[in-house]
Amino acid sequence: MVTDSSSIAHAAYDSKIEGNVIFTQLDAAMNWMRKNSLWPMPMGLACCAIELMATASSRFDISRFGMEVMRFSPRQSDVMIVAGTVTYKMALAVKRVWDQMPEPKWCIAMGACASSGGMYRSYAVLQGIDQLIPVDVYISGCPPRPEALIEGMMRLQRKIEGESAVEDQKRSMIEEMA
Amino acid sequence: MAKGEDTAKLNEVFGAKVAGITEFRGETTLHVLLADLRSVLGKCRDELGYELVLDISSVDHFGDDPRFEIVYELATLDDARHLRVKAKVSEDEEVPSSVDIWAGADWHEREVWDMMGIRFSGHPNLKRILMWEGYPFFPLRKDFPLAGRPTDMPDVAFTGVAPLEGGPFVTSAGAVDVVRREPRARVID
Repeated sequence: MVTDSSSIAHAAYDSKIEGNVIFTQLDAAMNWMRKNSLWPMPMGLACCAIELMATASSRFDISRFGMEVMRFSPRQSDVMIVAGTVTYKMALAVKRVWDQMPEPKWCIAMGACASSGGMYRSYAVLQGIDQLIPVDVYISGCPPRPEALIEGMMRLQRKIEGESAVEDQKRSMIEEMA
Repeated sequence: MAKGEDTAKLNEVFGAKVAGITEFRGETTLHVLLADLRSVLGKCRDELGYELVLDISSVDHFGDDPRFEIVYELATLDDARHLRVKAKVSEDEEVPSSVDIWAGADWHEREVWDMMGIRFSGHPNLKRILMWEGYPFFPLRKDFPLAGRPTDMPDVAFTGVAPLEGGPFVTSAGAVDVVRREPRARVID
């Protein structure tokens, strides 16, 4: 649940709404809603995308964690999963898609290539997507197994849990106005 | 399994146009001069029945003159016979395009242009195929470092230098054996 049970106080007695109203912090409620419906943007660029598809399918089934709604429009997604080798030719396209995602947004670098260029020490490959996009979670592996991707997504959930959603929003609003 | 071509038949068809024929483990290679390349390739299709161009590749003999060599891999449609045609190309020469002989040569020639920088005269659409238009280098040349070189085309693409431990690693083309040709840490300006 949102907070531990001791901090949940029930509303004054009313038989009609008894048990249906809880008090909590706004941040905690927002984070809870955000982390349990992460809509991924599958940026599948190479073989990691195959594992990403396996993760979404019935055997591993990320809908158990509320992450199954893959959106191919960046405007509807929360978390971009960069799965595969980012070539320089593709790099600015990835950045453009990322820029179109509405805040709040997160990024997962899935596998060695997206994290660091992997085995491609080459003229053609961007040496890690973090050179263009702030990455929240890196997942090792070549490619990572679906369990590793799920672990990465769960780590992202834990990270979201710790964010101060409202305060961050207020701060960026004030910055924009200044 | 595909066989090479009969040497006597090749001599009969091409006569003096062929600078040399080599046989190696059942593979036949024709060596021709660049000036004769087009007519030889045309005859290969029309008279010898090589209706398929499997691949067009290029070799950089860095330090030699002529520097490049272009290699055509031909096959018959029933895959019964294979033939390789090679011609040397110097740095300021253009290769006559064979797109009108085999339509499939189109992308192969664009790839050779993109990666090695050999131009084809008469090609209908000689643009880069893997890198973007405006990328200034030819990455498969021997004097291009494996780590790449930095470039920037705003709003199109940029490149950087890949971190190589002790690199960049460059091959020594023309070295006597495979071990010495291996890519090693060697600075080329």
